Formats: sequence, structure tokens, C-alpha cells
Amino acid sequence: MRKKILAIASGGGHWIQLLRLRPAFKDHEVIYVTVQASYSEQVPDCKFYKITDATRWSRWDLLKMIFEVCSIVIKERPDIIISTGAAPGVIALRIGKWLGARTVWLDSIANFEAMSMSGMKAKPCANLWLTQWEHLAHENGPTYKGSVL
Amino acid sequence: MIFVTVGSQMPFDRLIKAMDQWATTQKEPIDIFAQIGSNGFIPQKLRFANAVSPKEFNELARSARLIVAHAGMGSILTALEFGKPLVLMPRRGTLHETRNDHQVATAQWLENRAGIYVAMTEVELPATLEKALQADTNQHDKISSYASPLLLNSLSDFINSA
Repeated sequence: MRKKILAIASGGGHWIQLLRLRPAFKDHEVIYVTVQASYSEQVPDCKFYKITDATRWSRWDLLKMIFEVCSIVIKERPDIIISTGAAPGVIALRIGKWLGARTVWLDSIANFEAMSMSGMKAKPCANLWLTQWEHLAHENGPTYKGSVL
Repeated sequence: MIFVTVGSQMPFDRLIKAMDQWATTQKEPIDIFAQIGSNGFIPQKLRFANAVSPKEFNELARSARLIVAHAGMGSILTALEFGKPLVLMPRRGTLHETRNDHQVATAQWLENRAGIYVAMTEVELPATLEKALQADTNQHDKISSYASPLLLNSLSDFINSA
């Protein structure tokens, strides 16, 4: 059955890692959410939302970003939400889980020593909580199911 | 052409200053294009832009003989996709160049990969650049544009179940 997938990431490496998952989304409707309008060039055939980049943690930008992500999730009501980080993904997973979506958190491959802070925040609202490092996986902790590389 | 990139979030003056300095010491003029971020050091000897779009980034990466980057995964994965030799210099958490030392860890686990040359500091950078430029640039395999089959299959199973 064709599903509606919301794929969300902040800029740079988070976004590049999200794009590397595309073959898994084949045959489904995919909506991308990220922080740079120019990234839409890379997903020309998909619905695309640009949200506020709150990486510098200005309170106003953070509130705007939370409002934007919540509005998108409520409007689109995706079946599946997938994020590679960071803060916008946590917000999307939280609200999405509450609305009945199934959720995936894939912690960035850059987090080689421990799960990221946003990854820890995403844990309670992720159906699939993944690390990209086998040595970080353990019972009651993140699962390892391969990496983007 | 050498393409230098510091990623989309913030400047990395230590790298741009070191590249600018290195350019002045070259006997033959060398074409270097740097993506430098906003509100940072302005280089004298490099062509530069604050930011580039993904399309421009890919064009620059494609035409470069060498890519020099901070140890951010976006820059690294893109360079590997083009099979270009890559010089990495990690940002330091203690110098407030990023939140923590995760780039140091990234540089360490990638150090032994074919085609990747790591300069842990700006002092090591000139020697690392020389080494990367002398290496045979046709030796490196391009990586796939997509994640590992194990990860793709796991995600696909999750999406299609229930």
C-alpha cells in the first residue's frame, strides 16, 4: 500500500544523509522538510517545505521552527516520519507519534562515540531508534541496522 | 582547481586562513575556490562565496582535483560520491568552532580510508595538502549515492509493514 512519508532533517550532513535513504521510499509519497530552500533542487518531484533554521538556538527562531513543524505534520498527517536529525526531527517525531504516525530516528553517522543529544530526546517517540554504529547498539538502547555509508 | 568548503552552518576561520596562507607560498599560482560561511575571515588569495547551492556545490566538487573540508558529514559524503581526494581538518569544540569534538572523532575514523588525508591542525595542513596532491587521484572508487543495502532494506520493511 502506498504510504505518506514525511522525511525531515536540518541542514548540511543531516540532509545529505536523509537523501541517501531515498531508495527505501520508492513507491511511496514523500514530503521533504528542511531548512534551506535551495535543497528543493535535489528532490524536484516531491512536495517540499522550508522551515526556519533554529540551529543557533535563538528562542524566537526555535519557537517559529516548532510552530512550522507542528503545522506541517498536522496538515499532512503522514503515515511514517523519518528523521536523521536534529531538532526539527525531534519535534516532528513527537507530534507525529501523538497523531498516530510510525516513526524512525536515524542518528547521524557523525555520532560515533554516543547518541546525539537530539537522538536521546527522540528516543521515547521513535518506533525505530537507530544508531549507525554497531558498537553503540545494545539492549534497551539504539538498534543498529546498517549505515548511510 | 581546489575546492574548499566549511559547510552550511558557520565559518571556520582557522581553515580559511591556513588555505589563504598556503596559497601565498605556492610558486605557481593555484586556483582555489572556497565556500567560507558568513561573517568570517575574508581570504586574499582565494576566490570565494559565503554559501553555495547544492547544484553549485556539486559542480565545484565535480571539477575539483582536490577537495578540502571541515570534517562534516555533508562535505565528506559528497566528496566520496565524486571519488575525489579529500583533505579533512576537524573543527574543535574547545575553540567554539562547533558544539563538541565530534569532528575530531569523525576525522579519526576516516583517516585510514583510501583517498582521505587528515590534518588534525592548521600546522599539519600544508604537508597534508602536498601529500594529497601528489597521490594518484584516479585510485579512489566513488561510493554509491545511497545508504547500505542493510539499512535500505530495514527501512523499506518498516515502511511496508502494518
